[in-house]
Amino acid sequence: MKYVAEFRDAELVKRSAQQIRREVTRPWTLMEICGGQTHAILRYGIDELLPTEIELVHGPGCPVCVTPLEQIDKALALASLPNVIFASYGDMLRVPGSGRDLFSVRAAGGDVRVVYSPLDAVTMARENPDTEVVFFAIGFETTAPANAMSVYQAATLGLKNFSVLVSHVRVPPAMHAILGGEHNRVQGFLAAGHVCAVMGYWEYPPIAEQYRTPIAVTGFEPLDLLRGVLDAVRLLEAGVVKVVNSYGRAVTYEGNRPAQELIKKVFLECDRKWRGIGNIPMSGWGLRPEYAQFDAERRFDVSAIRSEESPICVAGQILQGQLKPPQCPAFGTLCTPQHPLGATMVSSEGACAAYFHYNKAALLSEVSNG
Amino acid sequence: MADVIKTAAIEGMVCPVPLRHAEKIVQGHGSGGKLMQDLIAKTFLAAWDNPILSAGNDAGVIPTQGVARLAISTDAHVVSPLFFPGGDIGRLAVCGTVNDVAMLGAQPLYLTVSFILEEGLDLSTLERVVASMHAAATEAGVQIVAGDTKVVGRGMADGLYISTTGVGLLPEGTAIHGAAAQPGDGVIISGSLGDHGIAVLSARGELGFETELASDVAPLNGLISEMLGASQGIHVLRDPTRGGLATTLNEIVRQSKVGIILKEGTLPIKPAVDAACELLGFDPLYIANEGKLVAVVSREDSSRVLEAMRSHEYGKEAAIIGEVVAEPTGRVLMETLIGSHRVVDVLMGELLPRIC
Amino acid sequence: MCLGVPGKLVEIYKSGGLLMGKVDFGGVSREACLEYEPEARVGDYVVIHVGFAISLLSEQEAAKTLEVLREISDIQAELGVEPGEVRA
Repeated sequence: MKYVAEFRDAELVKRSAQQIRREVTRPWTLMEICGGQTHAILRYGIDELLPTEIELVHGPGCPVCVTPLEQIDKALALASLPNVIFASYGDMLRVPGSGRDLFSVRAAGGDVRVVYSPLDAVTMARENPDTEVVFFAIGFETTAPANAMSVYQAATLGLKNFSVLVSHVRVPPAMHAILGGEHNRVQGFLAAGHVCAVMGYWEYPPIAEQYRTPIAVTGFEPLDLLRGVLDAVRLLEAGVVKVVNSYGRAVTYEGNRPAQELIKKVFLECDRKWRGIGNIPMSGWGLRPEYAQFDAERRFDVSAIRSEESPICVAGQILQGQLKPPQCPAFGTLCTPQHPLGATMVSSEGACAAYFHYNKAALLSEVSNG
Repeated sequence: MADVIKTAAIEGMVCPVPLRHAEKIVQGHGSGGKLMQDLIAKTFLAAWDNPILSAGNDAGVIPTQGVARLAISTDAHVVSPLFFPGGDIGRLAVCGTVNDVAMLGAQPLYLTVSFILEEGLDLSTLERVVASMHAAATEAGVQIVAGDTKVVGRGMADGLYISTTGVGLLPEGTAIHGAAAQPGDGVIISGSLGDHGIAVLSARGELGFETELASDVAPLNGLISEMLGASQGIHVLRDPTRGGLATTLNEIVRQSKVGIILKEGTLPIKPAVDAACELLGFDPLYIANEGKLVAVVSREDSSRVLEAMRSHEYGKEAAIIGEVVAEPTGRVLMETLIGSHRVVDVLMGELLPRIC
Repeated sequence: MCLGVPGKLVEIYKSGGLLMGKVDFGGVSREACLEYEPEARVGDYVVIHVGFAISLLSEQEAAKTLEVLREISDIQAELGVEPGEVRA
């Protein structure tokens, strides 16, 4: 595939990793805040290629895992209603709420359907005029324009049977929360490439300045990831604080204007709880009052659902990069390779970021000794 | 690594660890992954345990009075849509069971077929399926010798379901099974991965993508004959159906108590399968194949078996994709395109497209 | 949030009042909404996320990135540095 294969070139990857090794003089802790990047790092074993001085920490970048328990429970309630088609992105089906998940709801008779695009949910509403269609509108800024368009289109078409359960989260407030945290040890940030493709990176210089943390806008292929790490390391080694774009082929400073405009038209900033972390003020998007009729929480009276997360949980600290998964008391007991923890588990197949990241070394040494 | 920090007990996980689904059947129980394995172990084996069943291979081996033994296998086919590029439910049914029996090195001979037909099914549809089954059986050299038909009410069978049982003769001395892999063995795949799963997904239309890909559904007993003719050093044969190659190899490493290291660069994958997987966030290692087999062959014989495979219609793109190692036991690792390593785990439940 | 895949735009049309296109990913194609990349032309490459084009890929920038990386490689090759070798 063009624009993909070239950025996986084994020779260039080796040389880039070597260059990072040459330039690094002391330990640095970098955080990425994108489930897609976490997945790519695991899939390609990028961490294995980096010098030991570089610690790559995975932030709360997977919208599926940070969707608050409360929203999941509302989703389950909505999906269980009669005469409702509940449409969702695939990854959400596996996320447990308080005791059930969407699979359980489907097994109990709920009409739960996977869609690839939110426009498919709108089509479902048009094709089933006598049934209510509720779409689970989750995601970071990357997905917001698509979700917004589904609402905008429903309004344009005058659909009476389409609504959305919104649970959007935004990256900059999360970065503030992490970098501003008392025990923060993140020194450099890899900004999420596709979030920036939509939003641009004009929001990041003030963050970099405020926390004296260089930021490299980074893509997803092995060469992109290494390029982002190399650029961040160069800034750190030079003591320079700024934002650089290491994903130039897809990202511009201003970002995607039409997308940003539609987001502003349909959504408005609001407080949002992040699973395992808690409330981060103004870190979410909700529907504007003009589009209130498309808000599933109002249409179906599930707004009263309140879910309590356990007050004692280290997941949040792990998501913020302060703890490593083996330090979680559940690791290896409640939480095993077959039921692993972490931002990537729900979204990827069988790969546990934590387990494999920290046990791969052990497994590999078994290979060489065996 | 730092010491484990002792904190107060966690009441209920906050992390979105997937549920185990122990009370109701969910789709994931049928996808060939961990959920299904748990179901088999805890519900079926727990009730019916016997040495033939618990050997855990594609077919059960039945001792007889004579010299040869019988290999017997059963399958149900519920694919939707009934007809897809490259095949149909009928061909799938015949080939699936023929292959299961053949994977033990047995010669498949007879099939029984039972139909569950939905009220309202067009007879012409049934006739097409039956004709296809005849063609597949003829190709495979098997006869359909017993059958049954039931009809259920409208809405209760997705058109039609087919159940098949296959019986074959297992020559004396043949010991091809999941626990026979040995360190040093080569791992060979008979052709490209993921064709069937992606072709059927596209034919279902729910995710809206188009492709020219066709299912690879095929009877492999002829290919296996050629392979057995070339070597006595074939230790394991298995077809990577639901759950894909990853799940099959994980089964083998567990049964044989070995490890496997794959080389990503050697995996044959069609560009269209690659593209579909990129688009939907799938890994080709987990996508179903219905006309492919994995062979674990002694190091000395691997090249010879590969050559035999490549001279057969269904093995033209065969490739050596990895090797069996002693450690880490029970694990499948893969050396990636860029020279690093990743662990290839078993599929958990259902394969779902992701946005993350 | 980040599964964005590059594909080639092969057709542009309107559907349901929206600007849509057919995108080819190399043996697989899918419809995608082009409202956020209205300037995209047939033959352009776009990044598709959940059925929407969110970015128009710049051939120039892509070439630049690869060039920078190849330069590193060339320098290393010139100096005879092997991957994995650490310079004193």
